[in-house]
Formats: sequence, structure tokens, C-alpha cells
Amino acid sequence: MRRIAMALAAAVLLALGVAACGGTGDSSDDAGAPVAKGSELKPADITLWVGFTQRELGVIKDSVKEFEKENPQVKVKVVGGINDDKIIAAARGGNAPDVAQSFSADNAGAFCGSGAWIDLKPYMDRDGISDSIFPPAPRSYTQFEGTRCALPMLADAYGLYYNEAMLKKAGFDGPPKTTAELTEYAKKLTVRNDDGSLKVVGFNPSMSWYSNTPSNFGPMYGGKWTDGSGKSTLGSDPAWAKLLSWQKDLIDWYGYDNLVKFQAGLGDEFSASNAFEKGKLAMNIDGEWRTAFIADEAPDLPYNTAPVPVDPDNPDLYGGGYTTGNIIGIPKRAEHKEQGWALLNFLATSDKAQVQLSNGLRNVPTTASSAKSPDLKPDPKFQTFLEIFGNENTTTTPVTAAGSAYQELFNGFVNKWQAGRASDLKAGLADIDKQIDAQLANVEGGQDVP
Amino acid sequence: MSLAPASDRLERPSVPADARRRARRRAQWRRRLTVLAFMSPWLVGFTAFFAYPLVSTVYLSFTHYDLLSPSRWIGLANYRYLFSQDKQIWPAVYNTLWLVAILVPLKVMFAFGVALMLTRARRGIGFFRTVFYLPALAPPVAATLGFVYLLNPATGPVNGALGLIGIEGPLWFNDPGWSKPALTLLLLWGVGNTMIIFLAALIDVPNHLYESAELDGAGAWRRLRWVTLPSISPVILFSVVIGTIEALQLFTQAFVASTIAAGSASSAGDPANDLGYPEDSTLFYPVLLFQQGFRFFNMGYAAAMAVLLFVVSFAITLVIVRNSRRWVHYAGGRT
Repeated sequence: MRRIAMALAAAVLLALGVAACGGTGDSSDDAGAPVAKGSELKPADITLWVGFTQRELGVIKDSVKEFEKENPQVKVKVVGGINDDKIIAAARGGNAPDVAQSFSADNAGAFCGSGAWIDLKPYMDRDGISDSIFPPAPRSYTQFEGTRCALPMLADAYGLYYNEAMLKKAGFDGPPKTTAELTEYAKKLTVRNDDGSLKVVGFNPSMSWYSNTPSNFGPMYGGKWTDGSGKSTLGSDPAWAKLLSWQKDLIDWYGYDNLVKFQAGLGDEFSASNAFEKGKLAMNIDGEWRTAFIADEAPDLPYNTAPVPVDPDNPDLYGGGYTTGNIIGIPKRAEHKEQGWALLNFLATSDKAQVQLSNGLRNVPTTASSAKSPDLKPDPKFQTFLEIFGNENTTTTPVTAAGSAYQELFNGFVNKWQAGRASDLKAGLADIDKQIDAQLANVEGGQDVP
Repeated sequence: MSLAPASDRLERPSVPADARRRARRRAQWRRRLTVLAFMSPWLVGFTAFFAYPLVSTVYLSFTHYDLLSPSRWIGLANYRYLFSQDKQIWPAVYNTLWLVAILVPLKVMFAFGVALMLTRARRGIGFFRTVFYLPALAPPVAATLGFVYLLNPATGPVNGALGLIGIEGPLWFNDPGWSKPALTLLLLWGVGNTMIIFLAALIDVPNHLYESAELDGAGAWRRLRWVTLPSISPVILFSVVIGTIEALQLFTQAFVASTIAAGSASSAGDPANDLGYPEDSTLFYPVLLFQQGFRFFNMGYAAAMAVLLFVVSFAITLVIVRNSRRWVHYAGGRT
């Protein structure tokens, strides 16, 4: 018995010892200071991690080939299908790539704030690259509290897709420009079955479905997420309550349960049976990439695109929308930071790469100059999104240390609200503000919220 | 453990008492080392995969840790947030306790019922045993996808069949009132493992007990109540304890069902945006823990949640085991 106790004690002591050493990440930190200006790029084999797969991965590889042509001494291995879990794991140990791309700008706060991705400012200063070449939204979602650890590499912008034939048949000449018009259109375009269930829906305002999220809908009413000090303003900015009241009114017109059933019967968002592509939805808010999907999956669909409809009391908002995008950075543990920077710089700031990537992926290019390039494949339906992206009313979501926690807490409330299970909108929003602030304080370092 | 110099031993023909003691102690140490050497594979495994994670979880629960930068000691702040500020915790606790209270008894009764039926089958017992066990082999993700499809309120065959007999089926995984019952159905369907254990225990009940009960005039119900149940009570206890721990840890099915039923895919390609859908009704404690640790970069807090889960699981198990002394009978007597 004593021996077993001794062995147990030894095991626990050993574990304590390991625990004291572990759990703190690695401490070997190559500061990765850039070499002097004008030094030649040394030969190296580097790795680029991207989230893209299949056809889209091929587009990335084509751009990387262009880089290799310009820098024959650098060989790049491109690895596709990478998600943020792998990027986080690589920051903690094992093989780290020299350059990593993430689909999720929400996580820039964690990557920049923790130092998992290195500060790019010294490299940018040396090479004379200013972040003013990016529009304000992508400039903001690639840095956190003053640390610029990422650059934008193509963006998404959200707008209204509408089925021209259906609108024309109902007697509408152009897209709705205000939410009041959107409601009017939606009601007229909706077709019900004999039993009252929904056959065709004019516009589905339910959140947590397809690409419908508060962040994508926010710019319709100009809702602000935070105040100057970073506190949540969902309750204090009246725009959100206005947006949600409008949304709920339209949901109630359909009947919430009817909509849920209708949604459940639709095909997957990212498949050829997408409801808008199938003509089961007359209008939908979606990202610019849908133009490429429609060209591929439903080339005969008579559709067009426009900015999202806006608050009728604030028509000046028209033209803007929501934007977010890919971010690309250099992990702290990258072996060849100098060559990694050269590749990152090529992909994110050269017009050549940006135009080629945009033409191939049909995403919005992220430098102001490339968005005006004559080499962009002309397409009026895609052009709408370039204009939304450049519009002064276009906004993005704030970057926080807790990733998208604030959006998910908000989503949770909105889901209750639209189902009719949260009666007091004002109090509910104020309560969500409190929860978001408390969550953020806890993630930022465990301080109590007074 | 110092060895006596060799010259000492040569010069002294008779061995004094303290040297004998030293020799004995040496032998004892050698034996201990041998035992340790034989135990070392287990010791290494125990340390690396049990003690270390356990101890470091407790340690991390007192820190701020975002997975990316070094953890920083913050005392009780995570626990204060857990108990006084996190408003998601209570729905998560409620959902998980709901499972423990509803799912566990149903699972035990269902598995027992199926096993009892199988012992009565006169022919084809092998076939039926296989049929009832088969669902337990389905991978949880595939099984969940199947159920979400079957219970789809618009296109699913279940509501289709209900419609034929004039019943309007519920929204199942899309209705906060029905999502947990739908999950319960899924978990009951996969009850094969528990069923097999019950079956083995039922077959093991000595026949002479039934015979003597029958001779004493006991009917079917009395035989079940006074012979079968006491005989298999250790197996009931086992499945209650294991079932409770499984209910407290339910994750995969809830994760998959909420994501698929919500029918949204975020542009970021992140499947975890609708955890708890609909309306937090499937936000079980481990789902929230995952969300905090791996989505919100709040691993220190997730560790605090894990510690609480451990304490609660331990306490519940202890209560069940203590309470079981009154109703569990061990055939070989208590050891």
C-alpha cells in the first residue's frame, strides 16, 4: 500500500513539474527583425497555408507561380484546406508555415494580440508600404490594438441579389432601395401553397439561415457595434432595435413556423440547390462570390445585384454594405520570415496578384488601385460589389480578443427575438451589451466588470 | 543508499547488525525499483495522459490563457465569471441536467426492456440481438445526420408519415421545445451497448431462483420484481453511473445537430456559429466549454468549466453509489 502511495506521489509530482513547464507556449522567439533595405532575397523553400480547396486552390497556385517567376531562388509549397484550428496549433508547436491565410478576420484579434503572427510594420516601413493602400474596412480588420500582424488578401462584400424575371412579373422595374420597399416587394413576390405553407418567398429576413446574420444586415440601418472605448452599443444605438423591429414584422407576416418549415425544405446554401439559384427566393442578401456560383450552377438565372436596401428614414446610407475578408500573416515560428514577407507582400499588395486572384476567385480585390484596374474581368453584376466595397457607408465588424464571441451572443438573442420569445427588445439588447462586455473582459485577462 | 567500501567487507569476517540491516534495505530498494520498473509503462501512461492533463487543467483554470500566448495567473477571476456573470452557463447547466434527468432513466428502462424481450424470444435470438445492437455501431456524426434528415420538418419521412394519419409533426431539431426530445430519440436508438450488458446479466440469473419462486406461487411480475431486478441490480447501477457521465459529457450529437439543422454556413467556413441552435436549447455544458475554449480564445475559463464539470460528475456519481447500497445486491457478497 505504501509503495503504491509512493508511486502515486511520484507521478503527481512529475505531473506538477511538467505542468509548471508546459501550458505556457514556447518561449523561443525569433524576433524576426527584417534585414537591411536593398539586401537580396536568399534562396529558400517556404510553405504557404491557405484555406482554399479544389478549383480555388488552383487559382492561388497560379498566383504563387507568378511570384516564383519573379523570385526564382524561392520555392513555395502551397497547402490548401487549412482552418484556424490548424493555424492555432501551429502557433503552439510542430511545423509552422512561413505564411498563413485565414478566412476568419474575426480571429485577427487573437493572432495579433498574442503575437502568434508577427508585427508586419517593420517590414512595411522598410519596403515603403503604407496601409493607406487598403480601404478603411480591411485596414481595420487586419490589426488589433495598434499591432498590424496581417494584411487583407481579397474581401467579401454583401449586397442584394434579385431575380429580375420575378420582379418584372410582379410589376417592379428595379431593386428595392429601402427596407419599406423591400417589405412591399417581398409580400407581393411571395407565393403560398393551398395549405398556407410557403412555396416561393419574396425575401427571407430570418437570421441564422444561409448568410443572414446581424453583421450582414447591420449596414441597412447603420448599426454600430461599439463605442469609442470598445463597449458594446447594441442597446444604446437605436439602429439595431429599428432593424430588428422591421425584420420581426416581416417574419410575423409569413408566420415564424411557416418560415422555419420553408427553410428546412431548402437545399444547402453552398450547393447547386441553393434556394435563390432554384428560384424559391426572389431576393436574398449574399456575398459577391455568389456571382461565380450562379455562373457555374445556374447560368440561365435571370438575376441582378444591388446594394442592400436601407432605413427609409436614412436614405443616405444607400450604396454601402457589410464587408469582411481573408487575412494573411507570418506566424511567429516561421523559419523564413524574410522570404515569407516577400510572398505575402506580393499576394496582398501587388496589383498583378490582386487582379489575377480576383478574376479567378471572384472575390473583391483589397487594394484601392487594383479595384480600379482595367484588367479586372468586366461583369456588371460583380461591379456592384466593387462599388459597395469602395462606398463610404460600408462597414465591417470590430476585431476583439474573443474572436466572434460578441456576434454569437447577439445571434443567440436575435434567434429568440425573431421566434417571438423575447418580448422586451430594449431590455434584451441592453442585457446582451452587458454580457458581451463581461465576456470580453474575461477573455482580455480575467478582470471583473464593475 | 551508500555502499560500504569493498575493503571493509574483506577485513571483517563477522557481519555486524547494522551492515545486515543495510544489506536488507538494499535488497528492499532493489525490489522496489524492480516493481517500479515493471510498473513504469503504466506510470508513464498515467502521468502523461491522466495526471498531467488533470493537474494542468486545474492550474489553467486559475489563469488567463488564450491558447496562443503564455498563461497568466489571475486567481479566482474565471470562477467569479462562471458563477456570477456568464449568462450562458445557466441554460447550459439546465440543458445538461435535463438530459441526466430524462435521458438516463429512459435509456436504462429502454435497454432493459429490449434485453428482456430478447431473452423471451424463442427463435432468431441471434438475429434480433444483432438488429438491436447494430445502431450502436453507427458513427455518432453519421447517425445524427441521419436523424436530422429523418426528422426534417419539411421533407423528412417522419413528419410525412405523421401527416398521412392527420397529425402535424413538430419542428423537431428546429424547435427549442423539441430539439432535446429529438436528441433523446437519437440516443435511445443507439442504446445497444447498454442493452448487451443487460442481456448478459439477464441470461446469468440462476434458473433455480425462478423455479423456486414459481413453486412458491410467484407470478411473472413478482418474479421480475423479486428475482430478476435484485439479481441484475449491479448492472443497473453500472448503467446508471455510466449513462449519467455520458449525459454530462454529451457533445458530438448536439454539435452536429445544431449546425446542420440551422442550415447556415458562415462565410468564414466556420461550422460553429450556430452552436446551441435553436435558441440555446442544445447548448449543453460541454458545447459551451468547447465554444469558450476553442472559439472565443478563453481556454483558462474553459478549464474552470471543466473543473466544475469534474466536481459535479464526481459528486453525482458518489451520491448514486452511496444510495445504491440500499438496492444493489452482489451475488458474491460485498467485497
